[in-house]
Amino acid sequence: MSTVPRFWRHIPQRYNLVGTHCPKCDEYYYPPRAICPNCRRAAKMEDYRFDGKGTVVTFTTIYNATDDFKRQTPYNLAIIELDEGPRLTGQVICTPEEIEIGMRVKPAFRILGKDGERGIIYYGTKFVPAEGSV
Amino acid sequence: MPAGIVSYGVYVPRYRIKAEEIARVWGEREDMAKSLNVFEKSVPDIDEDAVTIAVEAARIAIMRASIDPARIDAIYAGSESHPYAVKPTATIVGEAIGVDHQLTAADFEFACKAGTAAVQACLGLVTAKLIDLGLAIGTDTSQGAPGDALEYTAAAGSAAYVIGRDDLAAEIEGFYSFTTDTPDFWRREGMPYPEHGGRFTGEPGYFKHVTSATRGLLKKMRTIPEDYDYAVFHQPNGKFPVRVAEKLGFSIEQIEPGLVVPWIGNTYSGSSLIGLAATLDVARPGERIFLASFGSGAGSDAFSIRVEEGIEDIRDRGPRVRDFLKDVRYLDYAVYAKHKGKLRL
Repeated sequence: MSTVPRFWRHIPQRYNLVGTHCPKCDEYYYPPRAICPNCRRAAKMEDYRFDGKGTVVTFTTIYNATDDFKRQTPYNLAIIELDEGPRLTGQVICTPEEIEIGMRVKPAFRILGKDGERGIIYYGTKFVPAEGSV
Repeated sequence: MPAGIVSYGVYVPRYRIKAEEIARVWGEREDMAKSLNVFEKSVPDIDEDAVTIAVEAARIAIMRASIDPARIDAIYAGSESHPYAVKPTATIVGEAIGVDHQLTAADFEFACKAGTAAVQACLGLVTAKLIDLGLAIGTDTSQGAPGDALEYTAAAGSAAYVIGRDDLAAEIEGFYSFTTDTPDFWRREGMPYPEHGGRFTGEPGYFKHVTSATRGLLKKMRTIPEDYDYAVFHQPNGKFPVRVAEKLGFSIEQIEPGLVVPWIGNTYSGSSLIGLAATLDVARPGERIFLASFGSGAGSDAFSIRVEEGIEDIRDRGPRVRDFLKDVRYLDYAVYAKHKGKLRL
């Protein structure tokens, strides 16, 4: 249960991809950063909600998963470059045959994990192919 | 002051299992699909539940009419498959659509009609001018025990309606509810699958309540079935809504646009509201829609709805129900069992 406060703190970024933006150098950050590494004290960081559209930079397909993810194999983990620039790791929901480098993706609200049978359910953002998904 | 639907959104998972595949596994009659008029049903992905599909539907409703989430002052989420026994679905939906936290929220449960009960609660607050906008959701990833009759129909889907007073896509002219204590279907605390009274769910359950609510509303509104261009009745299977429509004097043509159960199954709290959305997808301003839900236990909420000019502005700004019927992925029973958690690892 020690993960509850940690998950709770991450809800805005997990549910809605809330990161930060430095208006001074126009750099976007995900996950959010409190200080802009380019501008340091000169920056006034602001919250920024990414709309989640992006491109697959690279990916791998997991066939042998940990117990928590056994039911989902095979599944794709990708580095996704959001249109504003930041890169993040996320699951892309499609078959291993469908995913490819350069594929356009959009966000989907899914279960990220569960703390066993009795613990909390972690919700958040995964990705689906932008083409062919409703 | 008129009040009603400002926007709407629907989400149906991409996966399907055919009724004939379920019949094959359990050695049932091959014509099971035809006898139920349900040919396939939607199946949630492994990482989808009633919350995730509610969020997807709510986000579409928000996007369709460019709603400022801060205007939403109430969220009521109706479901019989809330992932938590204690911990609201509505709060997770609220956070995921970006509300400003100055709102009231609660979860509803009334078998298949918790969604329309949520609409009524929002309508009351909106009409009384106690709130600006309300978000009413019917969402379910329903369960049928392996081999049970329910397994052929228990499906997954969600519908979200933004209820307000301004910029209406459809006015809710009036509603009438009929409720009794009828134990036709239930699930006890901690049990994974519901139980039901077999044929008892028909006459004393579905038909008595839907006909009573419908006749009650027609009398209250001083209307007749011919006054409506469309009608939507709760769709536990493909036969009941057709039969109840005929019994009440509505035509097949009136219910056809909203009859989606043969291709997605019974989405429980989402069912009649997805049928309404499919009807709003095609209705023109000035046309009238009759809606009657049914929830076991038992009750029915009937609504008289008039489509407004606003529908033309929002309809094409979000996916229509029929978009969710395209490009589906079929599962065999084994993979379906994995998706539904019927296999213990």
